[in-house]
Amino acid sequence: MQKIAPKIGVRDLTMAYGDFVIQRDLTFEIAAGDIFIIMGGSGCGKSTLLRHLVGLKAPAKGRVCYGSISFWEAPPLEQEKIMRSFGVLYQSGALWSSLTLSENVSLPLKEFSNYSDVQIRELVSLKLSLVGLAGFENFYPSEISGGMQKRAGLARAMALDPEILFFDEPSAGLDPVSARRLDDLIIELRDSLGATVVIVTHELASIFSIGNNSVFLDPETRTMIAAGNPNTLLAECEHPTVRSFLTRGEETE
Amino acid sequence: MTHDTYGLKYFKKKQDTVLVQLYGSWEVSGDRRPALDALISLHEKTSLRRVEFDTGKLSAWNSGLLTFLLNIHAFCASHDIEMARNGLPNGVERILALALAVPENKDAHRAPTKTPLVDRVGAWALGQVDAGLEMAGFIGEVFAACLNMIRGAARFRLTDFLLFLQQCGSQALPIVSLISLLVGLILAFVGAVQLQMFGAQIYVANLVGLAMAREMGAMMAGIIMAGRTGAAFAAQLGTMQVNEEIDAFKTMGIDPVEFLVLPRMLALVVMMPLLCVYADLLGIAGGALVSIGMLDISAVEYYNQTKASLTLTHLGVGVFKSAVFGVLVAIAGCLRGMQCGRSSSAVGDAATSAVVTGIVFIIVSDALMTIVFTIIGI
Repeated sequence: MQKIAPKIGVRDLTMAYGDFVIQRDLTFEIAAGDIFIIMGGSGCGKSTLLRHLVGLKAPAKGRVCYGSISFWEAPPLEQEKIMRSFGVLYQSGALWSSLTLSENVSLPLKEFSNYSDVQIRELVSLKLSLVGLAGFENFYPSEISGGMQKRAGLARAMALDPEILFFDEPSAGLDPVSARRLDDLIIELRDSLGATVVIVTHELASIFSIGNNSVFLDPETRTMIAAGNPNTLLAECEHPTVRSFLTRGEETE
Repeated sequence: MTHDTYGLKYFKKKQDTVLVQLYGSWEVSGDRRPALDALISLHEKTSLRRVEFDTGKLSAWNSGLLTFLLNIHAFCASHDIEMARNGLPNGVERILALALAVPENKDAHRAPTKTPLVDRVGAWALGQVDAGLEMAGFIGEVFAACLNMIRGAARFRLTDFLLFLQQCGSQALPIVSLISLLVGLILAFVGAVQLQMFGAQIYVANLVGLAMAREMGAMMAGIIMAGRTGAAFAAQLGTMQVNEEIDAFKTMGIDPVEFLVLPRMLALVVMMPLLCVYADLLGIAGGALVSIGMLDISAVEYYNQTKASLTLTHLGVGVFKSAVFGVLVAIAGCLRGMQCGRSSSAVGDAATSAVVTGIVFIIVSDALMTIVFTIIGI
């Protein structure tokens, strides 16, 4: 399988449900190894943008490019190949409820790799222990807590050693310590596996501690109004909405 | 008025100023409308410029008082009357200020849109076309998945398939037993009354046997499965849609139609003919009960008459129909589940719609098949 350069380019992307435009004219790039933050107030279309990036929703206009390939113009087989290089952690974890944790993690391995059953079992144990869930192999998702479901979802997203990891609000619903540990884990994954990470979040602590690039979506004007390193944005960005967001409303216009 | 536990009094202070004295416990609920009307009529008699409050005797209050004061505020604002809020208790004054701090967002109100009848009919028709296309697309996907399976490339788990076999097979037996036995019984009663007039009650066996084998066995099993299993499929897939589990399959590169729909459909297609034969037998048994008990026909006679009237072709027609119903019920259930919206009420709608769609599919396809079988003489 040819290696897909983990670099995402979004050009003039317009997202819409029917006639209702959510965001228009989004143009930004995500470099390999970035921890890229998609931020903005509630209801500005952050999760919708993520659905466009992972190939679940076709754009109304514009392109999403992976390396040199424009995803939505590529033939289905090519799309499938690109999607297989993703790991996605959904907001609710989205574990398959009829499967145990180990079955959840092993399913993609069984489908898309040539490992033997023993190797798969070892890999599953490894991934679950990485997220601190060793010993929970035979639990069903409904039998563990929400935070554990989220971590198990991460183990599943990491199953195939993806080149790009997408997170939809990873720390929502986690206690501060777990959220912090998740942040550390994300950085660790980026450094050790060389993965590119895209995170939808409005958790300021995470944004400043792990993000090195970002885009800010504004629900009012329905487009992006800032981009770049969040810490730089905090220091330099003049836009009142961005300032108000990044300072938790303490510096309002 | 003093014997009331709570209330208010109006005192004219000056020509254009009124003092509202609130007293008692304003925690009880009650109609504040008369109190407001009194103020309005006061304003109509002598046009007021200022409203003041005295709450020295007010012992307790809750949001009910606040809504009353907001009504007064709205009245004062629209009639250019000054409302002196400083006489109110501190807490009331602060919460009132908070409620009035952000002006009402006029844009946020949803105006009830009025669309002309022609527009609505047009939108409905276009919606029907879209729904039809969506269904055709889904059937195409299922067909492609079936081809994949025949080539041996489809991905689903054998344990899932076995579980569904159990759910729509053996676990459905009690309800199928009851319904088909009773349907056989009813058919026998209906026939017996007419046939007895000609002394031809032995033909009850023909009537029940043919009706069960060709039509009622398959149809009853189909309708039971639409209500039982079709609804369950829609609810299962709908919940997976709500939980983003189906999205997770897609981004993982696993076709949800192959992984989720195919095992369910296969299980129904395998089990429906078996349930149909079982329903046929129990229906005939129901007919036999009536014949033996009421019509003085012996069990052997009934058996022989049934055997003479039923051929394998008749049974085959019913079994074929039931396999078709199995496909249709599975498609209806899975289609509605996959189309499910992202809320809990959408899951309920999906289950309801799956049953309705399934039953419509069954009856319409049964009518078509019966016409075709009659024309080609099977």
